[in-house]
Amino acid sequence: MTRSTSFANRRAVFGAAALTCLALVLPACADKEEESPGDGSGSPATSAGGDFAYLGLTENTTVASVLAALEKDYCADTLAAYPLKASDYAQDQFDQQLQLLAPQDALPNLSSGPNAPALAVELYEGGYLVDFSTALAEVGAADALLPAAASVVESLYDGNLIGLPNEFNIEGVWYNKQLLSDNGIEPPATWDEFTAANAKLAAAGVQPWSVAGSGGDGWNITRLVGNYIFRSLGPDAMQAVADGSAALTDAEYVAAADAVNAWGTAGYFGAAPTSIDYATAMNTFLTGQAAFYYMGSWALGNFNNEEENQIGADNIGYLPFPDVAGGKGSSDQVPANAGMPQIMSTAAYGDASKAWLKCIADNFGHVALSEYGVISGFQVNGEVADLPALTQEVQQIMADAPSSVLWFEAKFSAEATTTSQTNAGLLAEGGLSGADFMAAIQADLG
Amino acid sequence: MRQVLGDRKTIAALLAPALITYSAVMLAPMLWSLGYTFFSGSPVRGFTWSGLANFAELFKDPKTKDAIAFTAKYALTITTGQVALGYLLALLYVFYLKRSSTLIRTLTFFPVVLPTVAVSLLFQKLFEIAPATGPVNSALEALGGEAVNWFGSGSNAFWVIAIMDIWRSMGFYAVLLYAGLVDIPEDVIESARLDGAGGWRLARFIVFPMSWPVLISALIFSINGTLKVFDSIYALTGGGPGSQTTPLTLYMYRTAFAYGDYGYGSSIALLLTMLCLVVTVFMFRGTRKDLTA
Repeated sequence: MTRSTSFANRRAVFGAAALTCLALVLPACADKEEESPGDGSGSPATSAGGDFAYLGLTENTTVASVLAALEKDYCADTLAAYPLKASDYAQDQFDQQLQLLAPQDALPNLSSGPNAPALAVELYEGGYLVDFSTALAEVGAADALLPAAASVVESLYDGNLIGLPNEFNIEGVWYNKQLLSDNGIEPPATWDEFTAANAKLAAAGVQPWSVAGSGGDGWNITRLVGNYIFRSLGPDAMQAVADGSAALTDAEYVAAADAVNAWGTAGYFGAAPTSIDYATAMNTFLTGQAAFYYMGSWALGNFNNEEENQIGADNIGYLPFPDVAGGKGSSDQVPANAGMPQIMSTAAYGDASKAWLKCIADNFGHVALSEYGVISGFQVNGEVADLPALTQEVQQIMADAPSSVLWFEAKFSAEATTTSQTNAGLLAEGGLSGADFMAAIQADLG
Repeated sequence: MRQVLGDRKTIAALLAPALITYSAVMLAPMLWSLGYTFFSGSPVRGFTWSGLANFAELFKDPKTKDAIAFTAKYALTITTGQVALGYLLALLYVFYLKRSSTLIRTLTFFPVVLPTVAVSLLFQKLFEIAPATGPVNSALEALGGEAVNWFGSGSNAFWVIAIMDIWRSMGFYAVLLYAGLVDIPEDVIESARLDGAGGWRLARFIVFPMSWPVLISALIFSINGTLKVFDSIYALTGGGPGSQTTPLTLYMYRTAFAYGDYGYGSSIALLLTMLCLVVTVFMFRGTRKDLTA
């Protein structure tokens, strides 16, 4: 080896070592502790001037519309100094956006919460999110939330009230009254009765269920799995999985996925659930092409829309998720959620956020219900007349429900949630066994 | 000029703007990403040193193995398809259509300029089974067959992806290879013909060897592009059903950005980079050997 090549080699080694050191140093510079998030002291960081920035979901414009109505018609005086600047982002990339904004202290004053509840808890623990249990009291609106809705939010976020329940939904099975009566079927109340009804409908050439299983839209199928578990093993069954005292691969959990898979294999979910997205599934039910549809009460807006609903709102009935024979759960434990609760940034929490929070607390429930037919988790201040019958029925069911349960993925990590919802279509199509479905999710849960 | 370019300061001054820009937009993020491979966490949770744990995970994670297998299968199939069909089209342009090939060249190149998402939506509708029956399934039924749920299994979906991506890109490779073929001197081909070579013999002993360098360039372009495929699969199947059509890039994206695991996501990115590097070096070496044989 000549001296020059030896020197060149040494330079190359030195260069590689320097690059490696740089590579190790660069991410360390990004450590969260050096980029400290807002300290919650109330000084606004991101809302330029007096703007009130809102980031919502592209797929759900109701919140932005309600906020606009609040600014224009309900709190024009108190919000005049803090004009609304609303923007939106696609739901399937929303969590990513929040993760990018938070460490830069660039979260907007108010935004939709993440898809994965675990991420909201992470953001809160990192000091990025406002705790509404104190913030609402500070603005003189401690009683703004319905206790049941606040309870759902707290159970979702490990006991922390860090989301505003812009929706308060119950879920269940909606059915086409006409299709059932035409085929001599009484509304079923148990899983076995549903299975019998499915067989009768299928024999008559009617598609029993409308479900979506395309891409990440399979959550309505995993709801069937999760609710079966709640009915058969009791309302704490999924908490046991989260605690590690039970696994989804346990036989009694696999039985739930097998039960849904059996319906799919029998063709009760239609020819190809993996090809059906959310909108198509909704349309299938509202055009009378399927008898049953599992959905949340947020769909009341679609049901009460005469152009969209061709079977008529009076023709739609609600059934609680059925009992399972010998199960520890009960059909009066209603699956409930608070939509994707709205979160507030600590970094941007100042006078604008406080003024808006006060206005939201006082008026959101009323405006959402009276103008958009959406039942929220806020108290409804003032009378709302002329509510559609189906909406009133749902309100009554909410009032009468003694307790609620969350949903299948509520305690899952983002990865396990994705695995669950993207494999649901295969489960419902018979392309994946119950055991394989549960094993795939359990692998992500660790 | 020689005096100017012989001056180190001048060279530095001329190179500096491009080098600084390149370093800022390419090298720094790459190094940053490389550094993340030794950490776990995310910007939200903060980062903690994890040593080689992410690399160990690469070998244990069944999803990574599935993604590598799918990526390799995709890269081999699509590269073979688009380069082979592109080469056949180029031969068609040069030896049969000749000067009248302009229209065909334009038509076969047209899919290259279409937006990926638009092409994906088109193919979703072509191969649809529900709620409506798409043209492909209608044709199958008209011929007495049964409709196929193309997106209901990974193996079926793979063939839709393959057909779409080969159709989308073969026009590009046809033009690339056409440029190589028209560079073969006419007198060489003419003299081979006078010596009695024609058809397959002409192709085997004259056209293939003389277009070999551009063919290798096309293969390197193609294999690197296909190993890093993202947009077409994301738009057509989203990696599904389940994760059966998930390539490494999509798994990396989800791991880093959807699951918030930047360290492991960066490790997958590094694996992909090494994979591209090894394949490219291997092909370059293979080419050099062939050319000197």
